Amino acid sequence: MSATPPAGSASLKLARSNRQSDSRKRADRVGDITLRLICTAAALLAAVVLILIAKEVFEGAQPAFSKYGFSFLTSHEWAPPLEKFGGEGLIFGTLITSAMALLIGAPVAISIAVFLALLAPVGVRNVISPLVEMLAAVPSVILGFWGVLILGPVLANNVEPFLHDNFGFIPLFGAPQTTGSSIFNAGLILTIMVIPIIASVSRDLFMAVPRELQDGAAALGSTRWEVIRGVVLPSTFSGLIAACLLGLGRALGEAIAVSQVIGGATESHISLFKTGGTLASIIALQFPSAVSALHTASLYYCAALLLVIGVTANLLASWVGYRFSNAGAVAR
Amino acid sequence: MRLLPSRRDPSLDFDPTQPLVATGNLRRRNAVSRVIQGLAVAAAIGAVAVLVIVVWAVVSHGAEAISWEFITTGAPNGVGPDLVGTGIIVGIATLIATPIGVLIALFLTEYAGRRTTRPVQIMLDVLNGMPSIIIAVFIYILIVARTHKESGLAGAIALSIIMVPLIARGTQEVLNLVPKPQREAADALGVARWRSVLTIILPAAMAGIITSTLLSIARAAGETAPLLLISSLFTDTTFQLNPLEALPNVPVRIFQLSEEANPEGFTKAWGLSLILIAIILTLGLGSRALLNRSKRKMTR
Repeated sequence: MSATPPAGSASLKLARSNRQSDSRKRADRVGDITLRLICTAAALLAAVVLILIAKEVFEGAQPAFSKYGFSFLTSHEWAPPLEKFGGEGLIFGTLITSAMALLIGAPVAISIAVFLALLAPVGVRNVISPLVEMLAAVPSVILGFWGVLILGPVLANNVEPFLHDNFGFIPLFGAPQTTGSSIFNAGLILTIMVIPIIASVSRDLFMAVPRELQDGAAALGSTRWEVIRGVVLPSTFSGLIAACLLGLGRALGEAIAVSQVIGGATESHISLFKTGGTLASIIALQFPSAVSALHTASLYYCAALLLVIGVTANLLASWVGYRFSNAGAVAR
Repeated sequence: MRLLPSRRDPSLDFDPTQPLVATGNLRRRNAVSRVIQGLAVAAAIGAVAVLVIVVWAVVSHGAEAISWEFITTGAPNGVGPDLVGTGIIVGIATLIATPIGVLIALFLTEYAGRRTTRPVQIMLDVLNGMPSIIIAVFIYILIVARTHKESGLAGAIALSIIMVPLIARGTQEVLNLVPKPQREAADALGVARWRSVLTIILPAAMAGIITSTLLSIARAAGETAPLLLISSLFTDTTFQLNPLEALPNVPVRIFQLSEEANPEGFTKAWGLSLILIAIILTLGLGSRALLNRSKRKMTR
């Protein structure tokens, strides 16, 4: 083959040369097999990497696992100098920050998707859509840095005292601290991170809802909201769940931004306004300066837990999404 | 008389000669609809506002840090070595990830049967959703712990694991857009599969491959977690070019500066953030525009 000629002429030339010698046929056979093998090898490599990730992380966690077993999940004492490691506070922190991100983020993100897919004129959509996606492109380390320096003081001086004074009877809104590093701050940063993910997936779902169904509902006298509630949301429901699971996976595994704003504590408590920690953030904060082999192994244990939760969320998302797309194909 | 329906029954009030006017009920429904539409608009404005606030904070604080000296010299005054280090790490990661990603996409579109497509897709999804800190831990155990040395190369390998699923997904999308008649024409002329893949299908999808690679570079350039574990013990007073040593890099430097409570360091971190965000947003927006153009061209 010479360089790369334009597509059309290349195929013609190839075709003309095709009735040539046996050696050419042999070359084609070898080429076909080689390319197929290389492609298959690449796909296999991805599988091998996935399996290796699981194997290495679980093996690394082995010392901590054999020492603590499942009591790691229920013990809340995390004291590296005393060789005591329990992940309850971290698991709790992970769950509460992710839950906060989803509870605030999912409704907002789905509203954004409704606006982008169903309400906005094309011109507005073409401007806002890329902007929302740009929000997803902001690196987590910058978002975390912004969270420490800009968002933190605002929360500590205004928002948290306000919530504590007015809703202090809810145990979530305990006494605020002065630093601005808190579980609340981490939850908000995670909210900002999951919104663009959920919004862009649900926007694509909404755009795929058949126009005739919406027009039919409108012709029966539905208002716009009734079309959305009666037609659009039910027909995309499982896809929306999958989108939220994707967002959840992202929120659970975010290490850097959370470790910057959450303050690096390890005990479990119900107040949102105190410092805390998550499985991912503790790895980022303590791994480079781990004091003992058991400390490192305990961090691997956290990574293994995170791996299990994260992969489950992803598999669930793709299973729900698959069922959804199949059901859609049958319905149409 | 009581057996007759009461006159208040609205269905009996219906008078076809009257013009259609919203009753109280419709007015309420319209009001609900309008309130909810307003909320949706507000949500979209809110998201854009957050983006503007974050970018504005980075630009306004970062602008004062940026100078020629800042970009070209090493620590303590400049960040030149960090920029170069990130360039080297991301460059190597791209060299590793692009061929693998493209080959996986080719496998999916050209060679995989119905039974293999779905497992490979799920695998890519799982890899794509894998928290980057876990990939960091994995490469640390696999390479850094065994060689007892942090290195830029190991960091690049970690980043390439993050990039592969992105490139594979993007490439697969454009490969599916290559017009079927082109493949069929090649087949009808008796062109061998591998030749039609290399000379017809890949060139047609080239623009898409490049854009998805650029997008994955934008993602990798800001990844902090892997490099924090794998390439963070660096000296950034001078330029480091050897990828077998720990290389200074932008995200980890921002992270380290943000952990030290030092106002001067904060200014430097803002400056670095500005450079990083400018590169990422340019890559992201530019490649997206390119992708839309090439998709339009192919589907026309």
